[in-house]
Amino acid sequence: MSDAAKEAFDALTETVGRVTVDDPKMQAENVDVFYAEKQAIYDVTLDVAKNEVVAMIGPSGCGKSTFLRCLNRMNDTIPSCKVSGNITLEGESLYSSAMDPVMLRARVGMVFQKPNPFAKSIYDNVAYGPKIHGLANNRAELDDIVESSLHRAGLFDEVKDRLNAPGTSLSGGQQQRLCIARTIAVSPEVILMDEPCSALDPIATARIEELIDELRENYAIAIVTHSMQQAARVSQRTAYFHLGKLVEVGETKTIFTNPSHELTENYITGRFG
Amino acid sequence: MSDETTQRVRATLKKRYLKEKLFRGFGITAIAASLGFLVILLGSIIYKGMPAFQATYLKVDITLNEDTLGVGGTVSDAEMQGANFSGAIKSAMRDRFPDVKKRKAKKNLYALVSSGAEYALAEYMINNREQFGQTVSLWLLADDEADALIKRNKDLSKPIRRGEFKNDSSALVTRLNKDQLGWLQSFKDAGDTDVRISSTFFTNGNSREPEQAGIRAALVGSAYTLLITFALSFPIAVAAAIYLEEFAPQNRWTDLVEVNINNLAAVPSIVFGLLGLAVFINYLQLPRSAPVVGGVVLSLMTLPTIIISSRAALKAVPPSIREAARGLGASPVQVVTHHVLPLAMPGILTGTIIGLAQALGETAPLLMIGMVAFIVDIPGSVTDPSTVLPVQVFLWADAPERAFTERTSAAIMVLLAFLIVMNLAAVLLRKKFERRW
Ligand SMILES: Nc1ncnc2c1ncn2[C@@H]1O[C@H](COP(=O)(O)OP(=O)(O)O)[C@@H](O)[C@H]1O
Ligand SMILES: [Mg+2]
Repeated sequence: MSDAAKEAFDALTETVGRVTVDDPKMQAENVDVFYAEKQAIYDVTLDVAKNEVVAMIGPSGCGKSTFLRCLNRMNDTIPSCKVSGNITLEGESLYSSAMDPVMLRARVGMVFQKPNPFAKSIYDNVAYGPKIHGLANNRAELDDIVESSLHRAGLFDEVKDRLNAPGTSLSGGQQQRLCIARTIAVSPEVILMDEPCSALDPIATARIEELIDELRENYAIAIVTHSMQQAARVSQRTAYFHLGKLVEVGETKTIFTNPSHELTENYITGRFG
Repeated sequence: MSDETTQRVRATLKKRYLKEKLFRGFGITAIAASLGFLVILLGSIIYKGMPAFQATYLKVDITLNEDTLGVGGTVSDAEMQGANFSGAIKSAMRDRFPDVKKRKAKKNLYALVSSGAEYALAEYMINNREQFGQTVSLWLLADDEADALIKRNKDLSKPIRRGEFKNDSSALVTRLNKDQLGWLQSFKDAGDTDVRISSTFFTNGNSREPEQAGIRAALVGSAYTLLITFALSFPIAVAAAIYLEEFAPQNRWTDLVEVNINNLAAVPSIVFGLLGLAVFINYLQLPRSAPVVGGVVLSLMTLPTIIISSRAALKAVPPSIREAARGLGASPVQVVTHHVLPLAMPGILTGTIIGLAQALGETAPLLMIGMVAFIVDIPGSVTDPSTVLPVQVFLWADAPERAFTERTSAAIMVLLAFLIVMNLAAVLLRKKFERRW
């Protein structure tokens, strides 16, 4: 880091814009994350509202994924990762002893960067979550859940004739929609998406973006993306991260047309990132 | 590209292609050589071993009555079993060659028939009671030396390679003497010799008489031993691998365990035999020569192999699958049992079969725990004294009789067949698991 950049970084103490919302689903307060000695997230406070898509953007390595994975405790499995601060879901603290991580992940689902269907049939991919959580009482109910999840993920018409084919036989975009169907099959309250379209072609991407917009009716969604256009298209609010700090949060429109912070402006206008 | 660079590239091309040709040549030569050796090895084993599946029989007219057998025709089966069948055979042989008078010559005459013939005869008598009192023509198993000459269709009029004929390459190598060869020739002339496919090799245990020695006891012993080895090492090794790979924290202790597992894989197998002798036999007082002890000792040897290959198989499962399952709320155990283990199964099975194949061919540790015994009876349980195929090969290879040489090769064939069956099973299992993508 050059001296000037270091000064600018040290000068980042307060996030610009309103980090809280009136109707929060999840709230993160003063979150710090360390990988062993190395700090990856510095004092981030951010709310995720109900029926809203919040986009997280920023140069790669700035800690977007790390922050997102705190929201359903996926970081637990990385032994060196230490999270401090307070994160709540509907007011319940995520890292308290009363919160079971297995239960939490049923309520806060996740879609990953690379489509990762199970080595099972399309049907079993979607049915897996409901099965382990005991959401269906019988086969007919399970069938219903699978069908409606595939419908909501916009995949049903394409796969209805081959539900027993392996999930891995689908195209990349279809696989990602299958992963979304699999996530919504357990009826989560929040869906986290970590660059869900980065491995897809433009047409598949457009399809998923449409889907995200539809899902907003029922879920709170937090999406990490490296594409500013995508953030502009799908989100209502946008959060800009820089080197582990949350620089600016605001209405998506405002962020992209009239950013307040210099770093945000540099990033939006393509001066780095 | 400019003309000059094209020229330069072209100049190097020839050299590159030459290198490629050379390399391919080396590869093909190496494969041809190894295939050649394999063919020679298998060919010689099969050529030497095939006669073990045949046996020579001599036709003899035997009188079965109270005079020759010493019992009446209506006695119980048990009593009939104990009747003097060897006497009956001897008198039948004397009747066939009435000129033989001297005690020693008679003994040589009797030696043409296997000592096992009397048991076959006893069984025949019990099953054909109505023939008591009659003289019947029966095929009796020949002695191994006679068998070897007849089976290979040797010219019995050739001199015997001893003394003055020591350097005569066409002379017969046999322990029979001139008289015995003459008698054998007379059987042959009368058409009273027959070479038949024989299952004796597969149905009998070991015997001092090579023509009666079989592989059955060793085969059953090997099967029991492997069963114990599999039953112990597979679950323990897979559980250990899963724990180390999926659950154990990364610290100095697990590093130490890992290093030691790798070291164990390199420990000479005889050390495990010594350990087995000291711990299981001397201290725990488990039976000597038993497959249960052999199986435990071999599991110690197989464990590291299976653990290492299972860990590699688990490591090869993409982390994204674990993340996907965890992200849906699967518990750590569910992640492993529902997703990781099924995907790793083909690799785990391959490692297991490799480990078991090693165990199947292992001799040294089993010698230490007394599985080198002379086993006649087919073991009925894992605690009965038994031996295993490679030890049987080792024992027979040491015996001077020629019939044991062919049995050695035949036993190797059986061992190889066992291995092939195991590998086939592995391939089938892999196919079955892989079909679940
Ligand atoms: N498992 C990990 N162990 C150590 N450091 C990590 C790990 N994951 C991420 N990091 C570090 O944390 C920082 C943020 O990473 P990440 O959240 O993946 O960034 P982004 O998703 O914004 O590209 C990076 O500097 C990265 O090197
Ligand atoms: Mg990332």
